[in-house]
Amino acid sequence: MVLAVASEGRAGRTKRLGRPGHLTKVSGLGLGVSLIWFSLLVLIPLAAVVTTAAEGGWDAFWHTITNEQTFAAIKLTVSQAFLVTGVNIVMGTLIAWVLVRDSFFGKRVVEVLIDLPFALPTIVAGLVLLSLYGPKSPLGIDIANKPSAVTVAFLFVTLPFVVRTVQPVLEELEGDVEEAAASLGASRFTTFRRIILPSLIPAIAAGAALSFARAVSEYGSLVLLSGNLPFKTEVTSVRVLSSVENNNTEAAAAVATVLLVISLAVIVILDIVQRRMSRRG
Amino acid sequence: MQRRWKTSLAAVAVVAALLGVAACGSSGSSSSSDDTSAGSPNSGQSVAIVGYSVAEAAHKVTSADFQKTDEGKGVTFTSSYGASGDQSRAVESGLDADLVHFSIESDVTRLVKSGQVADTWNSGPTKGIISSSVVVFAVRKGNPKNIQTWDDLVKPGVEIVTPNPGSSGAARWNALAAYGQVIAGGGTEADAVAYLDKFFANVVALPGSGRDATTAFDGGTGDVLMTYENEAILARQNGEDFDYVIPDTTLLIENPAAVTTAASPAATSYLDYILSTDGQQNFASKGFRPVIDGVDVGDVEGATDPSNPFPTVPHLLTIEKNFVSWSDVSKKFFDEDTGIVVLSIAKSGKA
Repeated sequence: MVLAVASEGRAGRTKRLGRPGHLTKVSGLGLGVSLIWFSLLVLIPLAAVVTTAAEGGWDAFWHTITNEQTFAAIKLTVSQAFLVTGVNIVMGTLIAWVLVRDSFFGKRVVEVLIDLPFALPTIVAGLVLLSLYGPKSPLGIDIANKPSAVTVAFLFVTLPFVVRTVQPVLEELEGDVEEAAASLGASRFTTFRRIILPSLIPAIAAGAALSFARAVSEYGSLVLLSGNLPFKTEVTSVRVLSSVENNNTEAAAAVATVLLVISLAVIVILDIVQRRMSRRG
Repeated sequence: MQRRWKTSLAAVAVVAALLGVAACGSSGSSSSSDDTSAGSPNSGQSVAIVGYSVAEAAHKVTSADFQKTDEGKGVTFTSSYGASGDQSRAVESGLDADLVHFSIESDVTRLVKSGQVADTWNSGPTKGIISSSVVVFAVRKGNPKNIQTWDDLVKPGVEIVTPNPGSSGAARWNALAAYGQVIAGGGTEADAVAYLDKFFANVVALPGSGRDATTAFDGGTGDVLMTYENEAILARQNGEDFDYVIPDTTLLIENPAAVTTAASPAATSYLDYILSTDGQQNFASKGFRPVIDGVDVGDVEGATDPSNPFPTVPHLLTIEKNFVSWSDVSKKFFDEDTGIVVLSIAKSGKA
């Protein structure tokens, strides 16, 4: 998925082969297989969630999502996801920059370790976070059962996204364009702002979308550290689980649908940004 | 460039898969067999146990002993353990099961409704209950805050960890015990609700499951962990370093089990064995109180006093005597909009 989005960022620049609407046999087959695959894994399950949410009717749906505790959970989750995405945009780009442009001792190790939050089962991530930032923290930082626990857990699991989408674009950037800008008298900052940043924005947007969507759905890594306190640290996934435990699948699906719509909106907005920028580039 | 992406993605996938397998290894399936014993009535049959997490240790020793009996010779076991509600829903949606063992009755009732368990499952002498325990307070080594009673829990400054009654069915026992002991002490329903409010105001963490709660407590959160006697004993057997206190008034936890309609005869034999004195002795060794009389439990490692592991509780509440029934309890205490416990937890968050 990351790969697809990352390369999509450059799609605007590569010329498409063939005219749209005319598929060869092979590409037709490819399209068919992709669509079936995508439907089975994504479209049909998502449709099922929305249908289940609709089963209870509009009143039940509205009642569920306006439940004070659920609403507080949605607010917390979405605001934290935005915050974390913002941080990732800056820090992720910075890390990608350092990894591409600088060479330092241990670079390869860092390069591999960046993906670790991706690879760790989230509950293991939760254990790591609890022992590092819990009451027994060797660093003396105790954020257990505080809202910042949610922030840290989100930051941990979403770290790789922006780094990994920006890095390849940065690597492909031609150095001579920057040199040309410099020789024409542009300051380093101007070069970054006018030359480098515009080419990076599609990739940053793609990474941001992924990191937002991941944060909104996160559960495993924060359950141990956040304490699930209602109105304070309880995230939406916990509300969904509570509904499931009460055999109230409609309510669970209703909350899930809200998350789905929010994530979709953010992804679409970022996608528009991405397209705009790549067209300009 | 693309190739590098692919390699790194592939590497990540492999690492993830390996870690996933490693993580599942401890709680996933296990099977054992004894091939040298043809000729016994159930030989060659297999029993699929689907149970809630804490039951795993007890079934491990009990099924091994069962395989040494005439009935159990040549019987093989497969098993799956996880959160009680999840396991029940898994069986409902098709997970193969011969014997189910859950934390609360409503998880069996779900399978009765779906037709996978006969509605006579609780007609036996123990009413379908195969293991029992009581709600206890786990405290830090040496009990530095001297927590002995329910009143001690709601004192200012006492930090409580309890699994979330919303997402963990098993955690509901704790909330009911807290409520029920007020009524048993002569309080009114309003008093009991007031107690619950104070109780949840002192709660510092509501982890998703009993397992998570123990992990959080072990990680240093809170002064007292609401748990069950058998979990406390098992955790201490596994080297956890905490004490536990049995309050004078507490709730009897009763865990039901049933064979499914599709079960092999061997599953019924195994269930009978669990309910025999030998089977109950095995369960007791892992911390469960026997559900039948006349079981010599012997010494139980991990108990506060191993030679008297299950001291009599002066005022023991039960669901049947003090709360009518589970379906009643689910509605009155845990309804998502009006449940007493649900409202109490919500109130605690807004304070």
